[in-house]
Amino acid sequence: MRFAYDTSYSDAQQLLRYRSQWICYGALAIALIVAPWLLPAYYVGELSYLFIVSIASLALMVLTGFTGQVSLGHAAFMAIGAYTHTLLLDQGIGFIPSILGAATLTGFVGFIIGLPAIRVSGLYLAMVTLAYAMLTEQIIGRWKDVTGGFTGIPVSPPSLFGYDLSSLKGFYFLCLVILVAVLLGLINLMRGRTGRAFIGVRDSEAAAATLGIWVGGYKVLAFVISAFVTGIAGALLAHHLQFLTPDGFSVMLSMELVLMVVIGGLGSLRGAIFGAILIGMLPTLISKIKPLLPTSISSQFGLETFVFGLILALFVMFEPNGLNGRWLKLKILFENFPLYRRNTFRRGKTYMHSERYR
Amino acid sequence: MDAQVVQILQLTLNGISIGSIYALVALGIVLTYKATEVLNFAYGDILMMSAFIGWGLIVVAGIPFWPAALITILIAAMLGYFLDRHVMRTIVGQPQFAGVMLTIALAFMLRGLVSMGFGPTSRSYPTPWTGHITHIGPIVVTDLNLVILAAALIVTALLFLFLRYTQLGVAIQASSQNQLAAYLCGIRVKRLNSFVWALTAAMAAVAGLLLAPIALVDISLWFVVLKGLAALVLGGFGSIPGAILGGLLIGLIEQFAGVYLPDGAKEMSAQLVLIGVLIFWPRGLLGEAHGRRV
Repeated sequence: MRFAYDTSYSDAQQLLRYRSQWICYGALAIALIVAPWLLPAYYVGELSYLFIVSIASLALMVLTGFTGQVSLGHAAFMAIGAYTHTLLLDQGIGFIPSILGAATLTGFVGFIIGLPAIRVSGLYLAMVTLAYAMLTEQIIGRWKDVTGGFTGIPVSPPSLFGYDLSSLKGFYFLCLVILVAVLLGLINLMRGRTGRAFIGVRDSEAAAATLGIWVGGYKVLAFVISAFVTGIAGALLAHHLQFLTPDGFSVMLSMELVLMVVIGGLGSLRGAIFGAILIGMLPTLISKIKPLLPTSISSQFGLETFVFGLILALFVMFEPNGLNGRWLKLKILFENFPLYRRNTFRRGKTYMHSERYR
Repeated sequence: MDAQVVQILQLTLNGISIGSIYALVALGIVLTYKATEVLNFAYGDILMMSAFIGWGLIVVAGIPFWPAALITILIAAMLGYFLDRHVMRTIVGQPQFAGVMLTIALAFMLRGLVSMGFGPTSRSYPTPWTGHITHIGPIVVTDLNLVILAAALIVTALLFLFLRYTQLGVAIQASSQNQLAAYLCGIRVKRLNSFVWALTAAMAAVAGLLLAPIALVDISLWFVVLKGLAALVLGGFGSIPGAILGGLLIGLIEQFAGVYLPDGAKEMSAQLVLIGVLIFWPRGLLGEAHGRRV
């Protein structure tokens, strides 16, 4: 058992407060740094992909998990980020201004999409974002002069300060650095004034408003922040894919992002990363398992969709707190080993608040 | 008659015919929503699955159209009952978001099962009306479109009579107004919810069987759920007459956008309507003012 015993404000502000945390996260950092030299090339590419989807998943977590606004259209933000970044690179703009420009434009689109959030919420917002994602896919497909239409456009390789980052290791570290930067930024945002306002808006709009929180403003701000970060993820994804087509940013990708935050556990950044790892690796895992299955099942391509649905259903039904909730349970189990009380996490009986009057 | 007028009449008729399918879809979703407060994102996939079952019965098993349609509707109803009884009932009382996620999960599983079972190729099946056309004055209509319209009218009328005059229908109305009060009056709300799922799944099967001959039996049939949502929003969320009106309007808008607006407008029109209505006019045409309890 461990008790917080702070002797100064700076103690309470530290991200890593205990020696055990320093050891664990230090080991993780070292493992991630040496991984490209130890793992086969294929897995290095997979890891960079996981970093990219983690960034997108973190962005959606800010919106859905912390501000309570469901977005079924985040793939559209990724698409806008990816296409803008690619087009800016083609204009001969450097990597950093280009990725920031892409993220800014995506943030601006997020601002526009966020405006309806002031008026509609819940299911309605889910429908607006879903429709917006389908529209974006159509527009990208039909705006041939700029986006290359359904045939797609190639992405120029990333390079920074004259160094070519298109090699597997270079790109791996690029993604890792950006992921860590985004993660640190969001952690600090979420434990500050803005993050607390987001959580207030999520838990009760009326209560937040009575506390003087500008509900509409913070809802739009959540959209802008989320879209900005998703734009960064989209730009990186462009380099990972190396060739952009509208099909790469379909409704399925939006759904996968939602799956990541729900399965990870709403309301925790750690959960966003857990979810991204699980869902991001799932296609690879399934392709590994496939040879073990009878050919009548493994030769069909709906298996992946089915497994996605099954995992989501199991989590919603049996572990609504997601992977993060399971992680916390395991942690408490080990910390108080013989004294674990099952009822610590027992789900209380809840009654649905009706969305309707009457 | 003027060619322009004929074209407009023709488009109107086609639009109403397609729109009546959207209206059926919207009707099914709004019934589930009103009775159980769950927005059923899996509705399109139940529809798609019934179309595949219908194809299997008609083409593979060689059963004539009418018995095959009846069997399909029964299978869909049983599927709906099963899904609510064994899946949706486990999350009763949890926030609305859980319901959305669970129906999305069900949608994925159904879609995965169908594409595992039938493969990605699209197919079609014959109906008694395939290939026949009727002339109404200068307008040419395929018989299928007329049948779709008639079937939608019959289903809607039956549903109206059922909800208005049978004990079960009144019970559904009661529980959709206040589940707790309905429960205290002796209505078995949980079983009723399962029944509503069965009923709406049967309606999905009707819509699927009607849509498949004009669209093709394909995985992408589930996209019709998005049209249904647009219809719901346009008509006013939570209103049954609104769902029908919205469906017809979306069908008309699509047909006219396809001819008079630039390329691509047809595919985007439903989504544009949905976004526009929700932003500028969230009540919709016939909707009641919706607010949130604190």
